Amino acid sequence: MRHTLSVLVENEPGVLSRVAGLFSGRGFNIESLNVAPTLEDGVSLMTIVTDGEELIIEQIKKQLRKLITVIKVVDMNEVKYVDREMILLKVNATEQTRAEVLRIVDIFRCKVVDVSPTELALEATGDRGKIKALTNLLVRFGIKELARTGSVAMRRSMQIED
Amino acid sequence: MKLTGAQILLESMVKEGVDKIFGYPGGAVLDIYHALSDYPLQHFLVRHEQGAVHAADGFARASGRTGVALVTSGPGATNAITGIATAYMDSIPLVIFTGQVPTKLIGNDAFQEVDIVGISRSCTKHNYLVKDVKDLARTIKEAFYLARSGRPGPVLVDLPKDVVAARTEYYYPKQVSMRSYNPTYKANKRQIQKGVTLIKKAKRPLIFTGGGVIASDAHAELTRLARQLEIPVTSSMMGLGSFPGNDPLHLGMLGMHGTYVANMAVNYTDLLIAVGVRFDDRVTGKLETFAPEAKIIHIDIDPTSIRKNVSVDVPIVSDCKRALEAINEEFAPILSQEDLPRKFASWRDKIRAWEESHPLSYEDNGEVIKPQMVVEKLYEITKGEAIIATEVGQNQMWATQHFKYHKPRTLLTSGGLGTMGYGFPAAIGAQVAFPDKLVIDIAGDGSIQMNIQELTTAVCHRLPVKIIILNNCCLGMVRQWQELFYDRNYSFTCLEQMPDFVKLAEAFGAEGYRIQAKEEIDPVLRQALSSPYTAVVDVLVEQGENVYPMVPSGAGLNEMLLV
Ligand SMILES: Cc1ncc(C[n+]2csc(CCOP(=O)(O)OP(=O)(O)O)c2C)c(N)n1
Ligand SMILES: [Mg+2]
Repeated sequence: MRHTLSVLVENEPGVLSRVAGLFSGRGFNIESLNVAPTLEDGVSLMTIVTDGEELIIEQIKKQLRKLITVIKVVDMNEVKYVDREMILLKVNATEQTRAEVLRIVDIFRCKVVDVSPTELALEATGDRGKIKALTNLLVRFGIKELARTGSVAMRRSMQIED
Repeated sequence: MKLTGAQILLESMVKEGVDKIFGYPGGAVLDIYHALSDYPLQHFLVRHEQGAVHAADGFARASGRTGVALVTSGPGATNAITGIATAYMDSIPLVIFTGQVPTKLIGNDAFQEVDIVGISRSCTKHNYLVKDVKDLARTIKEAFYLARSGRPGPVLVDLPKDVVAARTEYYYPKQVSMRSYNPTYKANKRQIQKGVTLIKKAKRPLIFTGGGVIASDAHAELTRLARQLEIPVTSSMMGLGSFPGNDPLHLGMLGMHGTYVANMAVNYTDLLIAVGVRFDDRVTGKLETFAPEAKIIHIDIDPTSIRKNVSVDVPIVSDCKRALEAINEEFAPILSQEDLPRKFASWRDKIRAWEESHPLSYEDNGEVIKPQMVVEKLYEITKGEAIIATEVGQNQMWATQHFKYHKPRTLLTSGGLGTMGYGFPAAIGAQVAFPDKLVIDIAGDGSIQMNIQELTTAVCHRLPVKIIILNNCCLGMVRQWQELFYDRNYSFTCLEQMPDFVKLAEAFGAEGYRIQAKEEIDPVLRQALSSPYTAVVDVLVEQGENVYPMVPSGAGLNEMLLV
C-alpha cells in the first residue's frame, strides 16, 4: 500500500543522502520525496511517499527512526491528513484546442503561468487524485513538459472518525 | 588556553577512558601523530589499516570497552572499510578517526582525498565530517556515546588536516544531548508480563541467545533464567559464551552448522525465547519452516531487528539485561508456588535423546589428522580458559562446534560479514586488552594469508598470540560447497602454492611449529601454547574434511546433512 511519511530531520549536510541511501541500500521504494526547512532553525521536513507491504512499511519507519539525524517519523496513513502536490506543465494549445484547454484550466482551478502561440504553461495544485485527473485530461493535447514537487502533507487539526 | 584540534582529539580520548589505540600514520594525520607522545595513550602500529580496525574490534569484543583506530586519508581510510563493515555487522563499539584533506580542498579530487563519510555511510552507526575545530570536542563526545550506547556500532569521525591544526578554546562537554537519539533501555512492563505468561504456559520452551546478550552484559541474568526454569539454551555463533557452553542445558549452536539437537529443538519447541538476536539467514534456514510450532518472544534493543525476518508474538524492545532482570523478578514468586522445571522435564528428556543419538562427530580413520581433533585438543589443554579468535570458513565452524565457550567475550569471530583475515588482528587486539591471557587464533591456510603482515605488529609489541592453522591446503568451506552443490568442480579453491608457514613465521621473528602426525598434536600444541612468544602452528589436516551437520542454503533446519 502507498504510505505518506512525514519525517523531521536535523538540517545538516548529508542528511538527504542518509535517507536516500537507506531506501536504495535496502531496496525500499521512493515514489516522491520533498524536503524543505521548517519554522524551527536547523530542522527540515521531508515528505516521503513510498509503497510496500505492511511489514516493509514497518521496517521503513523503524529504519528511518534509527538514523541518528532523524528526529521524528509520522505515518500519515495512521491519521487524518491533507496532502497536496504542485505541478507545472506545458501543454500544446493550438487555435483549435486552446479554448478547451482553458476550460479544463478553469474547472481544475489551475493558473496559466506562461503563454506562447502554440503552448500554455499551467500551474496546478491538488491531491494525487486531482493531479492524475488533470494530466489524464490534458494528455490528448500533448503534454510537452512536466515538473512536480511531490506530495507535502499535514495532519488535520480535527481527527474526526468517519 | 587554546589547544590545537590534534590536542583536543587526544585529550578527549583520554577523557573517554581510552588508553590504547591502533593506527597507521600518513600525511593527513601528521599533526595528530606529532602530538601523540604528549598523552598517556599507547599506540599500536599495525601493518595495514584493516588490521588496525580488526585489532580495535578484537580489543572491544574481548574487553567490552570501545575500540579506537586512527588512520590517514584516502587509501588509509578505504583500507579501514572492511574492518568497519565487520564491526558494523556484529554491533561492535568502535570509534574510527580518519584523516582528510584540508577543508578548502574537499571536493577537488585532492591528493589522497576520498569521500569516506559517503563511502562508510552504510556500514557505520553514524559518521561525521568535522568542518570547524569548534565542533570537534562535541563531535568526539557524541561519537563515543553513539558507539557504546543503544545497539553499539562503529562511528567514524573524518578530520580535515586544517581542522586538527587549528586552535580553539577546549571545553569537553560532560553530557550529550541529542534530541534525535534515544534508545529504549527499559522494557515495557506489560510486554514482560505477556512474555512470562507464555513461558508459564509453554511445554517445550527453548532459549535462543545472540550477541546482544554479550553486548549488554546480560549473561548472569540469562544464566539465572535458564537454570532456574531449567530451560535448554541454544546460541547463534555471536551468542556463544552468553551461557556456559559446558552446562548440560546448553545445546550448542543452531543454524547452518548447528548441532543436530539444537536444530531439532528449534523445530519442535512451542516457545522460542529469543534474546539479543536478529534471525540471520544462516540461523533460520528456510524462513517458512523455521520454528514451525513455536510462539516467539523476541527481546532486542533495536526495533528494526524485531519482525524483520520472522513474525513475533511478544516483541520486547529493551536492553537484554534489563528485560531479563524484569522477567527473573516476575518469576521469583511464581517459582515458589509452581514447579515449572518439572513441567519441562519430558521436553528435556526428548532433547537428551537427540543429543545422544546424534552428537557432534567425525570419522577418525587412519593416519591423517582431522581438524576437529585439533580444536578438541585445544579445548582439553586450555580447559576453555582462553580467548579464541577465528578466521572464516571451515576453521571457524570447527572452532565454534568443538570448543566450548564458558564465558562471554571469549570468542571473537566475524559473524555477520564473515571476513577472512579478521581473526589474527582481532586476537592481537584481545591480547593488548589482556596481556596475561592466552589468546589463540584458530585459522585457515587461506584466511591467515589475508592479514599475515600483522605478525610484525605482534612480534614488535611482544604479543604472544598463538595462530593455529588448520591447514587443509584449500579454501575448504568453498571447496565443500563445490563438492556438495557444484558437481565437484573445484574451481580455484585448492591452493597449489602454499607458503611454508613455519619459515614465514620465523622470517617475521615469530616461532614456527609444524604438526604432521597425530602423536605430535598434544606435545607440540602444549609447547606452542606455553611459549612466551608469538607463535604459528601449521597443522596439516585432511583436505577433504567437511563441516557437518549442514543445513543446505534455503533448506529447513530439520533437513540437515549429517556425517
Ligand atoms: C575476505 C573474504 N573473501 C572471500 C570469502 C569467501 N570465503 C568464505 S570461506 C572461504 C575459504 C576460507 O579458506 P581457509 O581460510 O583456508 O579456511 P577453511 O575453510 O579451509 O578452513 C572463502 C574464500 C570470505 N569469507 N572473506
Ligand atoms: Mg583452508
